[in-house]
Amino acid sequence: MTAGGAATPASIDAVYQDQILDHYRHPHGKGALPHPDATATVRNPFCGEEVTVSVMVDRSGAETRVRDIQFVGDGCSLSQASASMMTDLVRGRTVAEIAALADRFTALLRGDPDAARDDRLGPLRAFAAMSRVPARIPCALLAWEGLGKAIGG
Amino acid sequence: MSHRADFPLLVRQPTLRYLDSAATAQKPAIVLDAVREFYETSYANPHRGAYALSGRATECYHDARSRVARFFGLRDAACLIFTRGTTESLNLVATAWGTHNIQRGDEIVVTRLEHHANFVPWQQLALARGAAFRIVELTPDGQVDLDHLRRVVTSRTKVVAVAHVSNALGTITPLAEIASVARAVGALVVVDGAQSAPHMAVDVDTLDIDFYAFSGHKMGAPTGIGGLIGRRAILETMSPYQMGGDMIELVGDDRTSWNVLPHKFEAGTPNVGGAVGLAAAAGYLTSIGMAEVRRHEQALTAVATERLASIPGVHVYGPDAAHRSGVVSFTVDGIHAHDLATILDQDGVCIRAGHHCAQPLLRRLGVGATARASFFVYNDRTDVDALVAGVRSAQALFHGAAA
Repeated sequence: MTAGGAATPASIDAVYQDQILDHYRHPHGKGALPHPDATATVRNPFCGEEVTVSVMVDRSGAETRVRDIQFVGDGCSLSQASASMMTDLVRGRTVAEIAALADRFTALLRGDPDAARDDRLGPLRAFAAMSRVPARIPCALLAWEGLGKAIGG
Repeated sequence: MSHRADFPLLVRQPTLRYLDSAATAQKPAIVLDAVREFYETSYANPHRGAYALSGRATECYHDARSRVARFFGLRDAACLIFTRGTTESLNLVATAWGTHNIQRGDEIVVTRLEHHANFVPWQQLALARGAAFRIVELTPDGQVDLDHLRRVVTSRTKVVAVAHVSNALGTITPLAEIASVARAVGALVVVDGAQSAPHMAVDVDTLDIDFYAFSGHKMGAPTGIGGLIGRRAILETMSPYQMGGDMIELVGDDRTSWNVLPHKFEAGTPNVGGAVGLAAAAGYLTSIGMAEVRRHEQALTAVATERLASIPGVHVYGPDAAHRSGVVSFTVDGIHAHDLATILDQDGVCIRAGHHCAQPLLRRLGVGATARASFFVYNDRTDVDALVAGVRSAQALFHGAAA
């Protein structure tokens, strides 16, 4: 066994997938929407990370749908990449669909092998090795928590 | 030399590189043995029973207080109040002294270096009492700006609260100069000693201060024990912090009188096992010698600072090794401190990443988080080697092999 966390030196590369690092360096949907319908700021008090999610929603149909979304934040690669991928994935989706995605992503982070194969999660599947560094799971969920607050509140 | 062999956790995990002693220290066998010995031979509720076992527990508790007082150069051991740690000690002063002595229009002064435990209680006291809350800023290398201190402290200043050593930067503050500025206006000096008690000789009777707070767990003692050392004349005028058993003299139906020091501030069954462990930790550090502890950590800090600063993209914060305790706070371009800590952890290198409970300081530094390596008696150069190698491999992972 290694002295450190659950992950071995080789598996740290699995946590920090190229896709995650790409989104960290070149985030999608970064910035504040000029005329948002809702915004929410969430913080991780232990590490000081902060993410603000702003959304424009379409309430004309039977279900509320996210028309546009942006995020502002400063944090680690995992929180920033997750936020970046989230903006790509949820644009155009209903609130119910987003809640289902968030649940599925949470399951993936906790090591659920079915979730890791779920196409609906798209690039978020790059986070499949996160269960090896459980202390960092809140980082990956921070933006999702912000989105939930913005569209739920 | 390193004293790693004295620490069972580090012996059992020979590849672990524990560089987070500013957060909490590992425990030497001598402390663990002392605590176990106490529970196996002398445990009962002190100050209670007429039976011999309770008498032995009482004796252990008093003996622990004397030994810890001696470690800090305190002759009047009754002026050492056992608490849960620095946070409780500082809250005790801010509450039991502050609410009765701070009035509207008074000023409370802290520094930009403070840990939240020596910042928030004073900020909230100021808000509650209608007092002004002033922050002394720092020089560019992270030292207390004494010129600014002299401008901030006025005849309205009632208390100056300052860290002896910054947990985030390692800065050692000039207590004598700060105290003389406070004294000139009659202000109290409250010192957060959490980061100095384990790492340098502290002789409270020669420091011109009123309160000194510290935590046992950073000195190698168990968690949940620490202390507040106070000036007798002030402690005696203060009301109790918590009410309950042990702290009373006589409880009438309508009024109650208080026990003598230190019991007035130690309501409830005391943490005797913790106090015994703290005394053992103090004894352990004394056996090494605090000057040697300081010399050892200063040497490691100088090496770590120099080697980290020589890596392109690495920025080290804080003053030079002469003005710095065994704390090295740094950032790496393009790699968030949390990612760095996770990557280092894979090689068994434990560092802290974040705001270090010093958000006002990190805001001023203009960084959201730093990585922090901190040293104690069990660290050696191989720990610094592992730290430097870990930073380089993190750069390789994040920036490609060319980094």
